[in-house]
Amino acid sequence: MGNHVTANQVQSRAPRSQQRQAPPVSPAPDAIGGTVSVEIDGKSIKVPFGTTILEAARQAGVRIPTLCYHEDLCVAGVCRVCVVEVEGMRTLQASCAYPITQPIKINTHTRKVRQARRHIIDLLLANHYGECYACGRNNNCELQALAKEYGVDFFRFGHPEKPRFEIDRSSHSVVRDMNKCVLCRRCIRTCIDFQEVGVLEAIGRGDQTRVTTFLEKPLAEVICINCGQCINRCPTGALRANDPTDEVWAAIDDPTKHVIMQTAPSPRAAIAECFGLPAGTPLTFEMNTALRRCGFDKVFDTNFTADLTIIEEGTELLLRLYKALVLGDKTVALPQFTSCSPGWVKFIEHFYPEYLDHLSSAKSPQQMFGALIKTYYAELNNIDPKDIVSVALMPCSAKKFECNRPEMCDSGYKDIDYGLTTRELAKMISEAGIDLPAMPKSDFDDPFGTATGSGVIFGATGGVMESALRCVIEIVTGKKVEEFYDHADIIPVRGFEGIRYVEIPLPEKLGPVIDLLKPLVPNWDWLAGATLKVAVAHGTANARKIMEDIKAGGHFSECHFIEFMACPGGCLGGGGQPIPTSPEIRAARAKAIYAEDSAYQVRKSHENPVIQRIYGEFLTEGPGGHKAHKLLHTHYTPRGKYIS
Amino acid sequence: MKAAHEGPLTFAEVQPNDGLKAALARKRPDVIAEITRSGLRGRGGAGFPTGVKWNLAGAASGEEKYIVCNADEGEPGTFKDRVILSQYPDLVFEGMTIAGYVVGAKRGIVYLRAEYTYLLPQLESVLAQRREHGLLGHNILDKGFDFDIEIRLGAGAYVCGEETALIESLEGHRGEPRNRPPFPVDTGFVRRPTVVNNVETLAWAACILARGAEWFRGFGTEKSTGLKLFSVSGDCERPGVYEFPMGISIGELLEEVGARDAKAVQIGGASGHCVPRCEFHRTIAFEDVATGGSVIVFGPQRDMLKIARNFLEFFTEESCGQCTPCRDGNPKLLEGVRLLEEGRCSMRYLRDLIALGETMRVASKCGLGQSSPNAFLSIVKHFPQEIMGRTPQAV
Ligand SMILES: Cc1cc2nc3c(=O)[nH]c(=O)nc-3n(C[C@H](O)[C@H](O)[C@H](O)COP(=O)(O)O)c2cc1C
Ligand code: SF4
Repeated sequence: MGNHVTANQVQSRAPRSQQRQAPPVSPAPDAIGGTVSVEIDGKSIKVPFGTTILEAARQAGVRIPTLCYHEDLCVAGVCRVCVVEVEGMRTLQASCAYPITQPIKINTHTRKVRQARRHIIDLLLANHYGECYACGRNNNCELQALAKEYGVDFFRFGHPEKPRFEIDRSSHSVVRDMNKCVLCRRCIRTCIDFQEVGVLEAIGRGDQTRVTTFLEKPLAEVICINCGQCINRCPTGALRANDPTDEVWAAIDDPTKHVIMQTAPSPRAAIAECFGLPAGTPLTFEMNTALRRCGFDKVFDTNFTADLTIIEEGTELLLRLYKALVLGDKTVALPQFTSCSPGWVKFIEHFYPEYLDHLSSAKSPQQMFGALIKTYYAELNNIDPKDIVSVALMPCSAKKFECNRPEMCDSGYKDIDYGLTTRELAKMISEAGIDLPAMPKSDFDDPFGTATGSGVIFGATGGVMESALRCVIEIVTGKKVEEFYDHADIIPVRGFEGIRYVEIPLPEKLGPVIDLLKPLVPNWDWLAGATLKVAVAHGTANARKIMEDIKAGGHFSECHFIEFMACPGGCLGGGGQPIPTSPEIRAARAKAIYAEDSAYQVRKSHENPVIQRIYGEFLTEGPGGHKAHKLLHTHYTPRGKYIS
Repeated sequence: MKAAHEGPLTFAEVQPNDGLKAALARKRPDVIAEITRSGLRGRGGAGFPTGVKWNLAGAASGEEKYIVCNADEGEPGTFKDRVILSQYPDLVFEGMTIAGYVVGAKRGIVYLRAEYTYLLPQLESVLAQRREHGLLGHNILDKGFDFDIEIRLGAGAYVCGEETALIESLEGHRGEPRNRPPFPVDTGFVRRPTVVNNVETLAWAACILARGAEWFRGFGTEKSTGLKLFSVSGDCERPGVYEFPMGISIGELLEEVGARDAKAVQIGGASGHCVPRCEFHRTIAFEDVATGGSVIVFGPQRDMLKIARNFLEFFTEESCGQCTPCRDGNPKLLEGVRLLEEGRCSMRYLRDLIALGETMRVASKCGLGQSSPNAFLSIVKHFPQEIMGRTPQAV
């Protein structure tokens, strides 16, 4: 089952001055001239034609420092930290941007090079306002690291005494402090090229150059989707998430408050990085203990509501299909789009508002949980919901915006009070003097401690799709997914390819309708022998490709269900995750997530006993029923293409 | 020697369209060979051999190619392209058409400096005439060659004279220089092979085809052949546009323009070098003191620090702001000059600034940053007594 299709690569939207262009002719590596020999600091190696000096140096094991370079981004060649001397050339060359097309000799640390690098660092420091010890990026700052590497022990060209810019705190998600900006323009390239959103651009010339937004408006008023990818790629503390830890501590310190933490799957696969462990070290259960020691009254697993999301969203999909295919309802919007990534939701609200009815009305797991905690859980435990402070640990900066959406108050209160990022929780844990990796393990709290493997893989791109498919295939066929996919691993939807398209043929003989859905559909006969067409996209640049294809009536408009995640790699690459990020780091986190999934006894959302219980005693009208609709579903807001 | 305000330049003596006719009657490689033999080098400042540039663009793969005429003339103290465009526009368009023919381009674009907008109607009418006379458009001179020219306006940024920033600007982006390689000859406007040539280069190319490479080689030196226009300004009796053979000595030039008591001359505009009196025997040529044509004369009364400050103010504003050495270096040099003016710059800090200037020259991304410290460095080198030891002012 399943085949892959990749949408055509569209050209980068970044100005070409910020890109390394492909060398003119690039013979195949095995053709004559396909490889070029270079000598780097006396070491000779052969590299494919067009390899940059930086890539070649890494291959040769020679370190060249960089600043504006980032593995995920197109090359700008602007900071000039990576300059090297190429024999026979008067000027130094930026190694990140220089393609090797003929044999050259390179020296990476001549006097000229060392002096230039030192000057560049001195100049950057001369325009970088702030002190390291009063900065959120202390010890995790590339400028600081460079200063150390080059032995900076005084400010040769001075140091700013006054800030030049007001800090923009308008956004719920991203704080911009341009006083710390070193104009590496990674954020610009992240936004316009990597994510294809285009909020940030450089304006002004010379010493007036600065990174800013459309009409220099505050971030909250422009088309920022809050994905926070720019934060993850900012080398300094110029971009950071809007940090509510003080408020969270205050709630913990307030004895009248019942403070609840729910934790999403991705932070636990990544938080170890904040404590010096390699990416992909899961600390799920150590983190539970740490959270209790920090003073949280309850620690719940967001995976529980991920399962609930699957039930609600899956039911919605089946209903849409039933209405469209059987009842001939032309108003039903297909394909259905996932709605659990708040960055993606804001992206579509801005850029494709005419497609909002395609978004599943199901809330994200975070918000479903919020609504249930202040209703179901409060009733069950006889707590006044006004005394509950509900905190969500998320890999995401957009979740901070999401929980502040005015419509997210269905419990009668603000459903989620605070969204915390992985980085912020790591800080709280350190602040409490807790050595996270050394914590004993402990489980999640009941009643929402039971989750399935399906919830866990929500953290990786393709995970929502896989969970939904595990569920839909079993519900519709009446058979175990394992009969179709070994270990219920639906491999075709996994991976890091930007866009994945998969066809799932359904058998001729389908199962009976389960009790939970009996009020909604009479039978599955209409799906017999049908082919489910689904797609997965991660990163909004890929989302845009699919949306453009759908607009043009292409191949993706024939899909039934499409998973969209705003961030590269899915939530595990979210804007709230530890810094740095790179394709390898994200792959390691994904590995941890899929390993956790395999370790679960129950790996399908509809088999979660607590889910069954909640439909039995609280959401008694079943999925999509009245109460479910009030608490678990939402609506969306069309927004402008230029301003919010 | 010819002064534009006194009489016609060589450009006036060349029969219009002779060059174009001669070129179209010959094979492309022959035309390139003629230009190469003439030794013509770019008149925009960098002095890249024009024949080589055309050859590279001609050899680059791709059907669609472009000829861009760089009429951004933004270098302080340069105004010779304005004279050419207003008096001999046909030669420029002719040069572009010839370039189009030899590299296989069908479209030419003139990137006209915003301040020259007043020339637009006249230039447009010349283009219209040329189309009428079969010198532009479809099937030029019945040789089966199509080529047309459009004019685009800049918006006042100096850096947009740098060829890759110019191309960015033509494409509708912020005018910022690109990473090179690749060069415009293989990845230029809309990623197509593109020849960018200065106004004067194109005009000379047309003359060379009309009169032959040998004629052009008859002027100038071995490495810097031919004639060249100079924009002379500053403390001299007869400022204006002059035509001299390449290789003329600075002293001779100053003599001609009536600047016998000059203390220094800035050759090559803000990004050029400041040459002190003791070096007036040097020649203006690519192998000695190179220039795009700007000559600014400084009389004995001039304060050299003020001159340095003026140039650095220019670069502090005009840097595109992309790369660290230029964006952040120029303001530091400027600050340093202010300190010198106030007598508050230590020797140690001055040495740091000189070293910084060296870094800017080698580490900046484009020619602007690479040349921006030149004036400062040459003034500090040649006028140490004048700039050091000023009386500290009360702060
Ligand atoms: C900062 C900067 C400004 C420039 N301005 C101009 C200009 O105004 N006109 C020009 O013809 N060349 C200018 N150049 C040179 C061009 O980049 C390019 O070398 C030239 O147009 C090539 O033409 P040529 O070979 O005919 O000289 C400038 C270069 C730099 C670095
Ligand atoms: S040298 Fe100056 S003008 Fe050139 S790219 Fe760098 S900042 Fe821009």
